[in-house]
Amino acid sequence: MEEQDLKLDGNAAAGLLRELFTFELTTARGCCENCGAVAEVGAVIVYANAPGTVLRCPQCESVLMRIVSGGGRYWLDARGISWLEIRA
Amino acid sequence: MTLPGRALTWQLGEVAELVDETPRVKTILLDAPGWAGHRAGQHVDVRLTAEDGYVAERSYSIASAPEDGRLAITVERLDDGEVSPYLVEELVVGDKLEFRGPIGGYFVWEARESGPLLLVGGGSGVVPLRAMLRHRAAVGADTPARLLYSSRALADVIYHDELNMLDAADPHLKVRYALTREQPEGWSGYSRRVDEEILRETAYPNAEGIAFVCGPTRFVETVADGLVAIGYAPEQVRTERFGPTGG
Repeated sequence: MEEQDLKLDGNAAAGLLRELFTFELTTARGCCENCGAVAEVGAVIVYANAPGTVLRCPQCESVLMRIVSGGGRYWLDARGISWLEIRA
Repeated sequence: MTLPGRALTWQLGEVAELVDETPRVKTILLDAPGWAGHRAGQHVDVRLTAEDGYVAERSYSIASAPEDGRLAITVERLDDGEVSPYLVEELVVGDKLEFRGPIGGYFVWEARESGPLLLVGGGSGVVPLRAMLRHRAAVGADTPARLLYSSRALADVIYHDELNMLDAADPHLKVRYALTREQPEGWSGYSRRVDEEILRETAYPNAEGIAFVCGPTRFVETVADGLVAIGYAPEQVRTERFGPTGG
């Protein structure tokens, strides 16, 4: 397996995100705090092989969100996202 | 304000039918009494729990159309996988399977969307695209559609008969295959990996409509870049990457 194969997209985080959010999040639009790019969550880069799940900007590749779960808890770090627009 | 958000919960389905698609691939049809329906392109998570409590969870694209009577997933056996060998080799009719869904909304097509539909699949990446084509056929949509499907060899082509039948029955649908490793004698399809030239011949002129690309990461990126190179805008191209965690 090569590193490139580990690169997935927002679709791969859809189930995890639905554990945390009431709404489907892959169709939400988010803005990258670093470069200002706006993308649907389904289109962002996802690495799910780390100890947690890491979402990265498809434009500048900076970290948008990190989610780690275990022991009956979730840790959500969303410092790389300026805003999320969630469709109800 | 109360919005119609809904928690995602695990539910039990019963295996109603198993279909051998290729030597490595099976379609699992489920009776799922509580199933609230789905849209073509969405997926479900499947959870297996071992006797010692070990839990393994994987995501599979839904293979059935929303209009089909039963919920179906199509699973490729990965030799070093934790979940797929069980699903493909051990599961029998009558077994219970724990799943949740539908999940996802980005890689979804609904027949009421306008514009030609270009589908490009690599390997088992054809599964959600098949759900879209079944949906399109079930509602009688005449949206022009083209499927370009890349496999290693003819024996690896999933849904081969069904895709050929859909193609033959519908003047607005064109199905083309690329076989990358092995071609039968007299093969008239493509005999190499999908490249820009194949996309130029297969995609709609003037890059009309919307494109869905699904397959292994490198396949998806080559195709998505190729579509942009021939004139598709990035927002016209929706992608779904299959990773090694699909096991």
